Amino acid sequence: MRMKVQLSVNGRNIEGEFEPRTLLVDLLRDELRLTGTHVGCDTSQCGACVVHVNGRSVKSCTILVAQTQGSQVQTIEGLADGEKLHPLQAAFKEEHGLQCGFCTPGMIMSSVDLLNRNPDPSEKEIRDWLEGNLCRCTGYHNIVKAVQTAAKNMRN
Amino acid sequence: MYKFNYQRPNSVEDALALYKTSDDPKFVAGGMTLLPTMKLRLAQPSDLIDLSCVADLSGITETDDTITIGAGVLHADVAASKEVDRRIPALSNLAESIGDPQVRNRGTIGGSIANNDPAADYPAGVLGLNATVVTDRREIMADDFFTDMFETALLPDEVVVSVRFPVPKRAAYVKFPNPASRYAIVGVMVAECDSGIRVAVTGAGPCVYRFTEMEEALNKEFSPQVTGEIACEPDGLNEDIHASAEYRAHLVGVMVRRAVAAAN
Ligand SMILES: Cc1cc2nc3c(=O)[nH]c(=O)nc-3n(C[C@H](O)[C@H](O)[C@H](O)COP(=O)(O)OP(=O)(O)OC[C@H]3O[C@@H](n4cnc5c(N)ncnc54)[C@H](O)[C@@H]3O)c2cc1C
Ligand code: FES
Ligand code: FES
Repeated sequence: MRMKVQLSVNGRNIEGEFEPRTLLVDLLRDELRLTGTHVGCDTSQCGACVVHVNGRSVKSCTILVAQTQGSQVQTIEGLADGEKLHPLQAAFKEEHGLQCGFCTPGMIMSSVDLLNRNPDPSEKEIRDWLEGNLCRCTGYHNIVKAVQTAAKNMRN
Repeated sequence: MYKFNYQRPNSVEDALALYKTSDDPKFVAGGMTLLPTMKLRLAQPSDLIDLSCVADLSGITETDDTITIGAGVLHADVAASKEVDRRIPALSNLAESIGDPQVRNRGTIGGSIANNDPAADYPAGVLGLNATVVTDRREIMADDFFTDMFETALLPDEVVVSVRFPVPKRAAYVKFPNPASRYAIVGVMVAECDSGIRVAVTGAGPCVYRFTEMEEALNKEFSPQVTGEIACEPDGLNEDIHASAEYRAHLVGVMVRRAVAAAN
């Protein structure tokens, strides 16, 4: 059984026939070649695969394409405005919020969702929010700083 | 994942009809438990029947003395609900403490209680607050709903439609989370209901349970001091790499004391 699904990814209309077991992350990476979304685990715990579906951050490794019928999906590739980085991307660069960079797309997509809801989060709120995003390199400190810097820049 | 068929009905009737005509179907809600299990090939349903478009499973409603949460309501939406926060803040706190934001953006209360993971949070909320589980065909009291590890009173094709919580006089949920998954190593809901004090414990044993000796003591005097006089025995409690049965027993006492202090 294949099924027809229509969705939008970074503003682009996608229509196709998919096997029901196709995960959103497989569509993004394998078919659309949007390889900024990473896969770091097979237990839904690492957050490297976080994208937005209808404005909410979700783990794209734990949602079927079929479940996104009619949705608006945004990935890390949809964040910058041409050459101009999104304030969170710029702040991760500025504050050295990454080392190997594997976790970074998920960290940023998760943080965008946080700042959309809470433009001025406390350090604790940032750490709590990033509970589902694991980083094996940075020790999180500069990631938290990057989110604080981005929040400040976005408020000004 | 093994292959499966996928259907997305718009009504409970259609969901039940699809269930009847499929080989080995399973309902899916947020998929935050079922999809990881299927990815590891530990489950192999022939058909997934997605309940997320069934309107009857959505929404939060209140009456003078109850809050009813649709089975399909996301953890994030329970945590953000002004009604829930005003009437049963212990339940908002519980929802807010589940997993991480992305799990809360997909996972549902119906999926959580139907799954009845021994370390899940909602079972303690539902049992401690003396809620009623409303299904497509009957109402099940919390005391009869959670029957064993990953087992409930639900029949295989029974759909949870909503959960009705009586508003307690006071209540608090406190958990000692596993630092990696945030599941409860031990979680305790303490509530003062019309029938008296209820204490529900998750994470400690194979299935959520009421700590009746503690309830009796707290019915006499609702104070954190009293909790120290009741022994928590490790017999029959869970033991794994995260915590021994003795440690869990100790945590039960600590979590009850903190919950009573928070509710007081
Ligand atoms: C990384 C991670 C961390 C987590 N941490 C926690 C935590 O700290 N605390 C916690 O409590 N949980 C935690 N969870 C589990 C999470 O809360 C799940 O959302 C929940 O257990 C299942 O809900 P779901 O809607 O995703 O159900 P699904 O995975 O879709 O379904 C689970 C089961 O319920 C059945 N089902 C679903 N809806 C219904 C219905 N309406 N009627 C009848 N049967 C139904 C399905 O058939 C299936 O058997 C975590 C999960 C992950 C991946
Ligand atoms: S890949 Fe690890 S949570 Fe999705
Ligand atoms: S920068 Fe390497 S995992 Fe986070």
